[in-house]
Amino acid sequence: MDARNPILATAPAAAYPPRANRVRPGRRVADKILIAGSTLATIIGIVVLGSILLMLIVEGIKGFSPMIFTQPTPGPGSEGGGIANAILGSLVLTVIGIVIATPVGVMAGTYLAEYGRNSRLADLIRFLNDILLSAPSILIGLFVYTLMVRPMGTYSGWAGGVALAIIATPVIVRTTEDMLRLVPSQMREAGVALGAPPSHVIKSVTWRAASAGIVTGILLALARIAGETAPLLFTALNNNSWFNANLLGGIPNLPVMIYQFALSPYQNWQSLAWAGALLITVTILALSIVARLVIKDTRAR
Amino acid sequence: MTALTQSLALARETASVRKGPSKGLDRAFQAASLGSALLVLLVLAGILGSIIYGGWPAFREFGFGFITSSAWNIGTEQYGALVAVIGTLASAFLALLIGVPISLGIAIYLTQLCPGWARKPVSMTIELLASVPSIIYGMWGLFIFAPLFARFVQTPVSNVFEGLPIVGSLLYARVPSGVGILTAGIILAIMIVPFVASITRDMLDQIPTVLRESAYGIGCTTWEVVRHVLVPQASVSIIGAVMLGLGRALGETMAVTFVIGNANRLSASIFDPGSTIASRIANEFNEADGMQLNALMALGCLLFVITFIVLIIARLLTRRAKLA
Repeated sequence: MDARNPILATAPAAAYPPRANRVRPGRRVADKILIAGSTLATIIGIVVLGSILLMLIVEGIKGFSPMIFTQPTPGPGSEGGGIANAILGSLVLTVIGIVIATPVGVMAGTYLAEYGRNSRLADLIRFLNDILLSAPSILIGLFVYTLMVRPMGTYSGWAGGVALAIIATPVIVRTTEDMLRLVPSQMREAGVALGAPPSHVIKSVTWRAASAGIVTGILLALARIAGETAPLLFTALNNNSWFNANLLGGIPNLPVMIYQFALSPYQNWQSLAWAGALLITVTILALSIVARLVIKDTRAR
Repeated sequence: MTALTQSLALARETASVRKGPSKGLDRAFQAASLGSALLVLLVLAGILGSIIYGGWPAFREFGFGFITSSAWNIGTEQYGALVAVIGTLASAFLALLIGVPISLGIAIYLTQLCPGWARKPVSMTIELLASVPSIIYGMWGLFIFAPLFARFVQTPVSNVFEGLPIVGSLLYARVPSGVGILTAGIILAIMIVPFVASITRDMLDQIPTVLRESAYGIGCTTWEVVRHVLVPQASVSIIGAVMLGLGRALGETMAVTFVIGNANRLSASIFDPGSTIASRIANEFNEADGMQLNALMALGCLLFVITFIVLIIARLLTRRAKLA
């Protein structure tokens, strides 16, 4: 595991203490610089994450009050208010996104792992899916704007949900495929040998064997879309009151609310933005940690 | 008689047992999975199609001059992409310049130096950085980092280099506000580090331990093992990981919008505010109309082309590494 140990272990025990004589100074200096540099890089990473979390906790708790869960966002210049409408709107958008993305993503991943395998079409789709996975999310916003907002003539929660679904789908496709590929082919063969048709084998053998992994993929996709802002700017927009039940018109949502309120001159808007930021980050970090634990559980088994 | 009934009963039983699930359902399932997979294709084609469709009037109106012009005047309807394209490329380049050494350092620390008990928590911390939403990075950059940066970096550096040729104009802040291209580059660097570091770590972990052990066995230092054994083995995939990070940095919207200053000005200084393609679209799209909308779509088109070339190269590089 740690291949560096032998050198360290022998150095103090060696009979000749002037180690500098055995190793050319240039080599030692390069080694020291590497060790110092990479340790420093790791410390920077940890300090930055710590600083972000500290900022969120300090500023977020200042803006936290029970009111934020009961009152809608306040208008410009008015006092008090909460972010209840934005929380609900975000939940609705995320649920629409994940409800669309899950069946499409799982089925597409199933195609890649079970039917397409190494065919040319499957290779192409896998490649494009990987590209879609890291495509700029603002372009997805532009696409959904042209596809839904302009024909419908209004911003809507549906458009926002579809934009989020497009972001979530590649994540689910990728993890589903990876997880299905880990299922040993003997299990499939056993199912087929019993006379079950391929669809039945997939549904009751491979999916079941890979279920924890697929759930992880869905959780990761949830974590990814819960904080997405750019695609919602042109699709769901935002709104300072409660939204219609038919989801037409601007739908208040946490990310866009944070964006608008954080840059606003009003004191109460800013503190609401911080409270929202704390809420959303804690949710997302919790989702990613849970997703990791699910993976670890299946691996342990 | 009994034989007959028995054979009848047997026949009935086998008939009921052999009634398998219908072929139609099986076909439908396969068709549904193929359809879902094709939907992914369709979405990507749709993104490209819709952006070209939206940006076409601007390309027709301004021609090639759209890319070389730095005008962005809503009153006179003159639009050019140069400032935004340069801002995008410059901030992404700065992000790589800062982010790649840090990512490699973290990957090397995690695979070579980290004591066993700390590996899990440290790599978890780095990976969690990847799941923090970009808007949070934007807030951190604007409210925490920018004031510190203005006070401890921009002002002293401007004072030192003021009046000198080249560095004087490159590192001079007219208004040390803390926001600008360099700040955007630093925030982007922080955002790409977790991706590049975790992919690089995975690649380094895949290298057979025997190689490392034999290098240490002949008395190599850690630096020599990294330089002459690990890096040559993983170089292609590391470049792929860096390209993936670049793709992310080019298309990042929210964090950049917070810290870049959103100015349509071509400036030689990396301390000055500028704008990127993504930040300009985010800022103006909702109020845009007519030709401005088309110009923004055309900007999106350019972003699409730039990022997709980078991402395709990245995927090809990481893929080839997997095969080898």
